[in-house]
Amino acid sequence: MTQNKTYIQSYITIQNNEIVLNGTSVFKIEPTDFGDFSKQAYRNFEIQYPKFFKMDALSKLAFLGAELLLSPIISAEEENNIALVLANKSSSLDTDVKYQESISDKENYFPSPAVFVYTLPNICLGEISIRHQLKSENSFFIFDVLNAEFLSKYSEILLNTNKADSVLCGWVEYFNDNYKAFLCLISKEENEKYRNANINTLYNK
Amino acid sequence: MEALKEELKNKIITTLNLEDIAIEDIADNDSLFGDGLGLDSIDALELIVILDKDYGIKLVDPKEGKTIFQSIETMAAYISANRTK
Repeated sequence: MTQNKTYIQSYITIQNNEIVLNGTSVFKIEPTDFGDFSKQAYRNFEIQYPKFFKMDALSKLAFLGAELLLSPIISAEEENNIALVLANKSSSLDTDVKYQESISDKENYFPSPAVFVYTLPNICLGEISIRHQLKSENSFFIFDVLNAEFLSKYSEILLNTNKADSVLCGWVEYFNDNYKAFLCLISKEENEKYRNANINTLYNK
Repeated sequence: MEALKEELKNKIITTLNLEDIAIEDIADNDSLFGDGLGLDSIDALELIVILDKDYGIKLVDPKEGKTIFQSIETMAAYISANRTK
């Protein structure tokens, strides 16, 4: 395996009713719940993708982050070999709990297929892949806290073994209306802008 | 029948999270799938749940759904003829 240096090309943070892209706040609203925040963000960036409204909160969070990082740089007409490597702490627990509540009354037992399909965390990777026509490597990991070293090493391996041209990696956590997404795009293309930064420093910025 | 069609349009918009679609946008004979309203396979399953939960109709053969869920018109006709609640 040829060891080549990899570089962070761009990054995004979504938390506390704000979206920060490459260190610049691009969307911020008064405190509200995530449902309202995500809908306003969708409208603000004039995203045209009605399926967004069918997603659960975790997928909406991952989708918004990926949308703002990927849409400016990729074209749906071309094949884009961008791997997805995401992680969080709560898996899909928020949706799991909602689904469990919806089937707890045996007298009123009508499981919702639309909720059930989101009871896995890696579904958000599928949503991103469908949106951007990605047929690339993707993985979702569960950690107690952000494991920057793991994400960084995993991404490097994908890039250095030519499994991917770029890697979109990061943290997408959602539970009980508490959320944080941090995504960054990494590739072998030289980029001095974040030379002294790493996943940890940008995540904690 | 008109009230039932209106009710179905409302239920479909709300249950299937069709955020950008209003009742007026759905004509009675519009296709619910494909080039019409663009519903997908998960939406079809949700429609089966609506029939069961709200109208007491259990679809024994899912293939029936293809005919029943063609449009609001066909859905309303089937529900009127088969509802138990």
